[in-house]
Amino acid sequence: MSDMSSAPLSAAQIAAGVRAGTLKAADVLEQHLGRITDREGDVHAFNLVMADEARAAAAAVDAAVAAGNDPGPLAGVPLALKDNMCTRGIPTTCSSKILEGWKPPYDATVVTKLAAAGAVTVGKTNLDEFAMGSSTENSAFGPTRNPHDLSRVPGGSSGGSAAAVAAGFASVSLGSDTGGSIRQPAALCGVVGVKPTYGYVSRYGLVAFASSLDQIGPFTGNVEDAALLMDVIGGHDPMDSTSIPEPQPSLVEAIGQGVEGLRVGRITDLPQGADPDVVDRLELAFEALQAAGATIVDVEVPAFGYGLTAYYLIAPSEASSNLARYDGVRYGMRVDAPDTNAMYSATRAAGFGEEVQRRIMLGTYALSAGYYDAYYGKALKVRRLIADDFDRAYTKADVLLTPTSPTVAFEFGSKGDDPLAMYLCDVYTIPTNLAGHPGMSVPYGTCQHGLPIGVQILAGTLGEQVMFRAGAALERSIG
Amino acid sequence: MTVADVVKVAKLARLDLTPKNLERTAAQLAGMLEHFADIDALDLDDVQPMTQPYPLRNVFREDVVRPSLDREEVLAAAPFAEDGRFRVPPILGLDG
Repeated sequence: MSDMSSAPLSAAQIAAGVRAGTLKAADVLEQHLGRITDREGDVHAFNLVMADEARAAAAAVDAAVAAGNDPGPLAGVPLALKDNMCTRGIPTTCSSKILEGWKPPYDATVVTKLAAAGAVTVGKTNLDEFAMGSSTENSAFGPTRNPHDLSRVPGGSSGGSAAAVAAGFASVSLGSDTGGSIRQPAALCGVVGVKPTYGYVSRYGLVAFASSLDQIGPFTGNVEDAALLMDVIGGHDPMDSTSIPEPQPSLVEAIGQGVEGLRVGRITDLPQGADPDVVDRLELAFEALQAAGATIVDVEVPAFGYGLTAYYLIAPSEASSNLARYDGVRYGMRVDAPDTNAMYSATRAAGFGEEVQRRIMLGTYALSAGYYDAYYGKALKVRRLIADDFDRAYTKADVLLTPTSPTVAFEFGSKGDDPLAMYLCDVYTIPTNLAGHPGMSVPYGTCQHGLPIGVQILAGTLGEQVMFRAGAALERSIG
Repeated sequence: MTVADVVKVAKLARLDLTPKNLERTAAQLAGMLEHFADIDALDLDDVQPMTQPYPLRNVFREDVVRPSLDREEVLAAAPFAEDGRFRVPPILGLDG
């Protein structure tokens, strides 16, 4: 077990200090870069560390403060970005060989917003190739290791972003969550991870995996920092036609409200199979919220268990379409061949890793003539059942509590050669993506071997406020 | 899911799979489809498919000229470009 004792300041504390002139963004940055120098060789959270750019950004923040200007609500906060978010002129790889050498000609909306809020980007983090996986073992650049135990995975696909916060390389980070890719690594690395309501955060500049499921969200060391990030990155964006125009009340203001009278749902027909330690921690979480004034109610979500099947038909189908653009013409690498069709096929076979090829094949099959109705079409109907079941549950409960991951962080290679074993990591997170609802993972103690366990809080569409209230109450209950 | 199915799908997906990969992929996809048969137990006749989570509506914007991506910057990111265009191999070739 590594020493995590040098607890860094929270993002809220950093921003407050920098804005007040009592902290220098440059000093805060050097502390984080120092930790990167010390441990990044072991952890491998990053595909790219941007020390020079970060130093320039931190100096600009300090200069703004010195000139009497306010750099913004994230002034001087060191930030890491999952390497599937476009950064203009800076390589964006999706941890795939096929994007080798590609420098995006534009910034993602979240990147623009975070820079405008004063955040300092320290690097681009590792992921399972194109966000497909639950361990970062599918990265073309090698896996990220869990800072709590280097023999174990950090989870995935946003494993680098979770590990970067857990190791203190960055104060906060962004990930993307298509079926659990923020919440599961957050749970395995002992940090807070939030998947917002679909449409809460702009996807402009997020490299698409499954467009009806993908959503960007934060990793942070605590719930307040997550609220702070959400307040900055949320909001309507004309560049993303699926972004929600409804106003988004401040989550920083919501977290102080407590959970008195809140109805917390227990899903009585939740799929079984979580580790006993995980189940124990979940029970303690129910007790803690009850002690804080919430009411525990039983709800049923009968179609929950069918989420895995619906997801693994819908997400690969959308991926097979989205990833058609990597054809050796406009981005990254090309394998030469005498005609275009041969060039496409050779480039894609050489550029995509095994899991990405498997999902493209599965999705292409599910969408192909003769199979569309039996697979993709049927999965879309199951998706509706799941969303309807959740809607019924949310008439009785304000939030639902489940495990985030059925297990704690597992050892490298332990899922073997069976893709389904890896897919089961996301059994508790996937249904939320299908419904388009928000979910968050809050660290809630450890297993008997000291590895972090997360509790998942779910809420209905745009239920971020109640979700954050419950998250903050859980956090307070363990001090 | 047979090897012949996989060959057909690989062609649709523009992926050159090696013979060894074809067999492995066939076995793995067959295993997954077997698992995914769990939804066959559901009565879905009267269920409307759900394609996206938030109520869909058309999103319009004013039809005005706005700055777009810089052409040189975009072409610089391509593997081969020539005279302000993407360069590709012959379209009508061996597979034509």
